[in-house]
Amino acid sequence: MTDTAGPGSGRAVGLRTSAIVLTVRQVQDYHAMTLVAPAVAERFRPGQFVALAVGGEHTGRLVRRCLAVYEVKPDYGGTVEVVFDHRGSRDPGTGWLAGRRARDMVDVVGPLGRPFRLPRDPVNCLLVGGGPGAAALFALADTLRRRECRVHFLLGGRSAPAVFGARSARRIGDSATVVTEDGSLGDTGTVRDVLPRVIEESAADVVYACGPTGLLRSVSAVATEYGLPSQVSVEEFLQQTGACGVGLCMTCVLPIIGDDGVTRMARACTDGLVMRGDRVRWGDLGTIPLDALGAPRALGGGL
Amino acid sequence: MTDLTTRLGTLELANPVLTAAGCGGTGRELARFFDLARLGAFTTTSVMLRPRAGRPTPRVAETPSGVLTAMGLPGPGVDSFLETDLPWLAEQQVPVIVSVAGHSLEEYAEVARRAQESPAVAAVEVNLAAPNVEDRGRMFGRLPGPAADVVRAVRAVTRRDAPVLAKLAPDVSDLVTIALACVDAGADGLSLINTMAGLAIDPHTLRPTLAGVSGGLSGPAIRPVALRCVYEVHAALPGTPIVGIGGVATGLDALEFVLAGASAVAVGTTLFHDPTAGPRIARELEEALSARRIGRLADAVGLAHRLPPQGHVGHVPPQISPPPGADERRTEESKEKLP
Ligand SMILES: Cc1cc2nc3c(=O)[nH]c(=O)nc-3n(C[C@H](O)[C@H](O)[C@H](O)COP(=O)(O)O)c2cc1C
Ligand code: FES
Repeated sequence: MTDTAGPGSGRAVGLRTSAIVLTVRQVQDYHAMTLVAPAVAERFRPGQFVALAVGGEHTGRLVRRCLAVYEVKPDYGGTVEVVFDHRGSRDPGTGWLAGRRARDMVDVVGPLGRPFRLPRDPVNCLLVGGGPGAAALFALADTLRRRECRVHFLLGGRSAPAVFGARSARRIGDSATVVTEDGSLGDTGTVRDVLPRVIEESAADVVYACGPTGLLRSVSAVATEYGLPSQVSVEEFLQQTGACGVGLCMTCVLPIIGDDGVTRMARACTDGLVMRGDRVRWGDLGTIPLDALGAPRALGGGL
Repeated sequence: MTDLTTRLGTLELANPVLTAAGCGGTGRELARFFDLARLGAFTTTSVMLRPRAGRPTPRVAETPSGVLTAMGLPGPGVDSFLETDLPWLAEQQVPVIVSVAGHSLEEYAEVARRAQESPAVAAVEVNLAAPNVEDRGRMFGRLPGPAADVVRAVRAVTRRDAPVLAKLAPDVSDLVTIALACVDAGADGLSLINTMAGLAIDPHTLRPTLAGVSGGLSGPAIRPVALRCVYEVHAALPGTPIVGIGGVATGLDALEFVLAGASAVAVGTTLFHDPTAGPRIARELEEALSARRIGRLADAVGLAHRLPPQGHVGHVPPQISPPPGADERRTEESKEKLP
């Protein structure tokens, strides 16, 4: 069951596919699901996500679950792995995903969204991750290393099992700093606490981040203080607000400052997933800022 | 070969499967999945006079077999729509139905007047669920009077060859009377239904889930309500084309609407779950008709009204009767229209 755009139509053939589950495994606090989806794997660029239908063929759950891709591999023609927090989430849809077994089918749309922008030159990159969101940084790290960039990791979480990918980060990173709130792994504290030090020690030229929205907010602010560009993936915001992942429903909007200085409500799924951290009005998420284009006040009141 | 062509007044469509207003994006998002020319028509998001940011997030909650949304009619405004969205749609070889909305009669008319100037606009749909500032923000389509006023204002500024469709929500005490008023005011067809009001409360935060508190329910959850609306209105106005909307997810769902009296169906929430649904539903509907040896879609429109009831001996199947007075009004109306 693949979508029906024909060759030469200019359409992305296979943007929606029915993928076979290869494995679902528990990784520390999270679940990792690997799907056989060659069309997705082939086109994937780091930072992109997939939108999964949950509940099976006759499901009454119409909202797609948007998950950043952790890794693609050439096995079986092309596989795609996603990481999600089922135990910490109250969403029965993620529960359904966690309950899949090998050879089950999952309806996948992807790859979707704007990827991480890559530096032209071999510069120092700092990759900051929190919780399951850190998964989105590893494909990026591979690509950056192939471009001869230096890759430094800063990963955080509540406790050791909540820090995704600490071991891989230590293996592939030029450096890897880990912080936990309870001190069970690495330094005690939060990403925010150690970020200035890590930026200085790594001589970072650019900061990439994926994780809880609060973390993205501090990363963007600190990067800007240091005069560094930041590229952040608003995966968590999309998961909390979006319904389709493909730009149709307009429910995943957040206030973004444009090149012209005007704030517009932009879609996380199509204008993101990766955004410039300094363009997001983090303090105004979940609101319509009064000076945003088309804000109610600007119309002189009323709905 | 099943003949899927259908008519909405003067507008002939190659097939009866349309997108529902506000659910097909600008068209570009769907065009990544299929050629829009395979749709019977593309309905735009409701266009208003000025840009609107809409409601804060969260705007959507998943509910059983549906979604609850509080969008606040976000959109770029008519200028930007005419400059960027419509020219692109005009190149897609698909009939474009422009949905218009406003806070006042003047705003509806102004948007419709400007949109209908483009030959790319095949029809105008009037979203009567927009809040009326003069009626404490309650929707125009709540009562026959204001609904008819809006339709009359839009019809007056719209090209003769572009049908005007009045789109109604089901949360009203007497839908048939409102539908009759819209047709009397010049509506060439009716789009039934818009979302119905609902509420979700998050048991963890103990608060309404949506930033807008209440929202509009859509998806298969409302399909029986939509079907009842189409059936009742078709019974009262058999000559008026109806676009059936509400939870259409398969060809058989579309067939139900056609049998109830719809000349076309529009697909909304299903697109969020399956962006390829439009052409799929058209194909499934074609298969469903041919499996029933119905050669022309037009022959199936309203067929459920005409077939004798089926049932066990002595069992009288329940009938949906039009509200009292609907028949008289229809007779009066058809008398009026006689030359
Ligand atoms: C996110 C969303 C946005 C919508 N926007 C509009 C709109 O702009 N104008 C309109 O007339 N109806 C709008 N609707 C209503 C749909 O066009 C449709 O009437 C309703 O959702 C029922 O159909 P469905 O169950 O297939 O979604 C919207 C519905 C949803 C879910
Ligand atoms: S999730 Fe539907 S528009 Fe972004």
